[in-house]
Amino acid sequence: MKKRSILLNGLAVLGGLVAILFIAAEPHEHLPGDPKEIVIPREEWSFNGVFGKFDQAQVKRGFQVYKDVCSACHSMDLVSYRNLTQIGFSEDEVKNIAASVQVTDGPNDAGEMFERAGKPSDAFKAPFPNEQAARAANNGALPPDMSLLARSRAGKGFTGYEGADYIHAILTGYKDAPADFKLGDGMNYNEYFHGHQIAMPQPLTDGAVTFADGAPNALEDESRDVAAFLTWAGEPNLESRHLTGLKAMLFLVVFTLLFYAAKRKIWARIH
Amino acid sequence: MAAVFKNPLIRWIDHRLPVFSYLQHEANDYPTPKNLSYWWNFGSIAGFMLMIMIATGIFLAMQYTPHVDHAFNSVERIMRDVNYGWMLRYLHMNGASMFFIAVYIHIFRGIYYGSFKAPRELLWIIGVVILLLMMATAFMGYVLPWGQMSFWGATVITNLFSALPVVGGKIVTLLWGGFAVDNPTLNRFFSLHYLLPFVILGVVVVHVIALHRFGSNNPTGIDMKGSQDSIPFHPYYTVKDMYGLGVFMLFYAFWVFFAPVALGDPDNFIPANPLSTPEHIVPEWYFLPFYAILRSIPDKLTGVLAMGASIAVLFILPWLDRSPVRSGAYRPAFKRFFWTLVFVCAILMFAGKYAPANYWLPFEFTIVPPEALSEAAHLESVDALWPVTFAGGHFGIQVIFLGQLATVYYFGFFLVILPLLSIFERTLPLPLSISKAVLEHHGGGAVQSSPAAAKEKA
Amino acid sequence: MADHAQSAQGAGGTRRDFLYLMSASAAAFGGVAVAWPFISSMNPSGDVLALSSIEVDISGVQLGQAITVKWRGKPVFIRHRTPEEIAAAKKSDPEVDPANPKVIIANPAGLRDPQTDASRVQKAEWLILVGVCTHLGCVPLGQKPSDPRGEYGGWYCPCHGSQYDTSGRIRKGPAPLDLEVPVYAFETDTTVKIG
Repeated sequence: MKKRSILLNGLAVLGGLVAILFIAAEPHEHLPGDPKEIVIPREEWSFNGVFGKFDQAQVKRGFQVYKDVCSACHSMDLVSYRNLTQIGFSEDEVKNIAASVQVTDGPNDAGEMFERAGKPSDAFKAPFPNEQAARAANNGALPPDMSLLARSRAGKGFTGYEGADYIHAILTGYKDAPADFKLGDGMNYNEYFHGHQIAMPQPLTDGAVTFADGAPNALEDESRDVAAFLTWAGEPNLESRHLTGLKAMLFLVVFTLLFYAAKRKIWARIH
Repeated sequence: MAAVFKNPLIRWIDHRLPVFSYLQHEANDYPTPKNLSYWWNFGSIAGFMLMIMIATGIFLAMQYTPHVDHAFNSVERIMRDVNYGWMLRYLHMNGASMFFIAVYIHIFRGIYYGSFKAPRELLWIIGVVILLLMMATAFMGYVLPWGQMSFWGATVITNLFSALPVVGGKIVTLLWGGFAVDNPTLNRFFSLHYLLPFVILGVVVVHVIALHRFGSNNPTGIDMKGSQDSIPFHPYYTVKDMYGLGVFMLFYAFWVFFAPVALGDPDNFIPANPLSTPEHIVPEWYFLPFYAILRSIPDKLTGVLAMGASIAVLFILPWLDRSPVRSGAYRPAFKRFFWTLVFVCAILMFAGKYAPANYWLPFEFTIVPPEALSEAAHLESVDALWPVTFAGGHFGIQVIFLGQLATVYYFGFFLVILPLLSIFERTLPLPLSISKAVLEHHGGGAVQSSPAAAKEKA
Repeated sequence: MADHAQSAQGAGGTRRDFLYLMSASAAAFGGVAVAWPFISSMNPSGDVLALSSIEVDISGVQLGQAITVKWRGKPVFIRHRTPEEIAAAKKSDPEVDPANPKVIIANPAGLRDPQTDASRVQKAEWLILVGVCTHLGCVPLGQKPSDPRGEYGGWYCPCHGSQYDTSGRIRKGPAPLDLEVPVYAFETDTTVKIG
């Protein structure tokens, strides 16, 4: 009897141990400590955490980076000019931003497509009319749409890095290729990109964009600002989510306590 | 006790359509064992989650477009432009995870306490049917946003059916409505995804009817012998269910509002591209154990059959475990094997998550591709590595091997261990009744025991 | 079971009942609070609201011409009226109390829905109306030069024969009300914002 229970207990304990160790293990591309391992540095962002909020000034600067630099190649089809009021632009400023671009509309009564000034209800104007034109202009590579870039490039799981961490890493990760690295034609070496070769040449440098509010515009600042903007673009309702979540949790705590008290009261009759 | 309603309108209706007396009998007065633990909350929690999924699903369907050119953008429109659309979406996608958590706990509870044993075999089988319907519904639902994982997950899983001999290819073409997963597939998945939850609802009603035939099981596994063993469902279990629901809702709300996409895959934020496969195609977490069983067998057809068998074995559980003692509380050996099964299922879940060729290094808390090990050991190729290896000083177990061991235990538990336990297990003495067990638990009276009582055969 | 029910009515009633009342209220409040977002999601969404006003360039509309624009899913008629059309509209005006323009003193033309022409336009030469017949919702004819305009020179609805005058007022046929005048404002002399 004793021997059997030790065996069986041992089996369960072994199973539990293996399960815990296996679950705790983290997937890596290389052995621990290998310098070849790409580790995306974690940054601090204003929107992180349960009470996270967007830093409006930062997101506005990020929009400027997008507009001045990125929008030359990257579309953002799911964001409209009218959404910019959420990050602190006035209705008039939004109208002007929209009107500063020409969008294709139509057909008119003659059956032709025509150009007109943008309206707030229009989506951000795409730099290329279709995927083929985008590839043709970029050596066969397709600059991805940026509407959800920050959400799709996030690390997996509960403890994964933010998409903003990844974007910031890529933008600041351009280095000269090491001597023994074979760089493909037209490719650029990047410390953090998977495989270390990225088709996009370094898009941002110190001072590439001058900010209206005079904020610092070194590469580090520009890349953080645009990463924050892209996070907003991926989930404009983040602040709403946090606020509603707080209210919901508070209500649920009260609700649960009330029903716990009621349960104890009712069950006291038979305990 | 026939209820007499005071309200004349209610009496008028009830005389013609006895809903009120029916509810009074089935939900109010209904005798329930008085010793049910919190493990018994998960049935009502699962039922509540079904209601939430249906409600959120209907309102999402008002805004969603089931066409390959519009599906992805319509979901983003819901997230950005529809009032509270983001909340509906997060409630729905995390609700699916919560639904499966509740159902899995509910199933494990049933296995541990012998709720599947006579006379509740059919109740159990109906439950497994619900599980199957849930899996089909969830699978099709995940395709609807038409992201990369939606598309490729659908492609991989529907392709499995081609393994069936002779008719396999034709079945797959029929499922697809074409030569690949495309618009016809998306459209029919939307139609069926809307339909199946109502089928589930119907089967749940049948499930509760079957439950009420003999009443709930309880932690002792001993039948109620009289009114001293039971209490009315209302108010005791209605209030306990509400309390349990509150706790569960707190857990649910955390995911919805503070980690809404943590249980999913970031690749699904990329629109589906039939010409580019993601690096790792991974199903949602609640399918991972079955995915691991599928992949643990290299042959395609056998793998598919093993995956099917892993659920089929649940159907015949009442005839595999024939121990006359119902509850695991009085079966010490069974208890150990049961908890090992729980751990093994957790192992299966993570084995399904990682690439099968990868190696788990237990002492270094990492999982690495085989190339990392072959390089460290200066081997010519990864083929030189064995499923358990000590290459380059790193002790590693291949994920697929671990998955295979876990699969062997999974089937071994149901097909070998349970039948053997039924014959050879030495069980603890059972209490005489529920009331006596409750008294003893609360510190009153000496233990009265009886030999393992014959289970009721209805 | 009967003794359970009796003990429930026994001692300690009020505080216990308060607890139950609070719990039930919390559940009810939670139910309503959850229901609200569902219902709200059925209201017009952000992108629909964004198209709830449009700006129209009317510089190309010649005297006597009319254009139709789409606003909130419906046609809007913009007619550049000639002096004759304006005069004809004014001739059928009802008489209103100068102190309180909403009070109709006399209605010699027998208008079913009496309104003065002046109350239906901001600039006399620009008539802007929602082109939906107030009977059952068809789009009246009269925008194109080749369209029939009915006896009163305005619009003619082919569905059931309603006829509107040069101010868009119902004169004949089953429609009960004049054509609706939408909310609009002239941003400049050549652009008007509708909605």
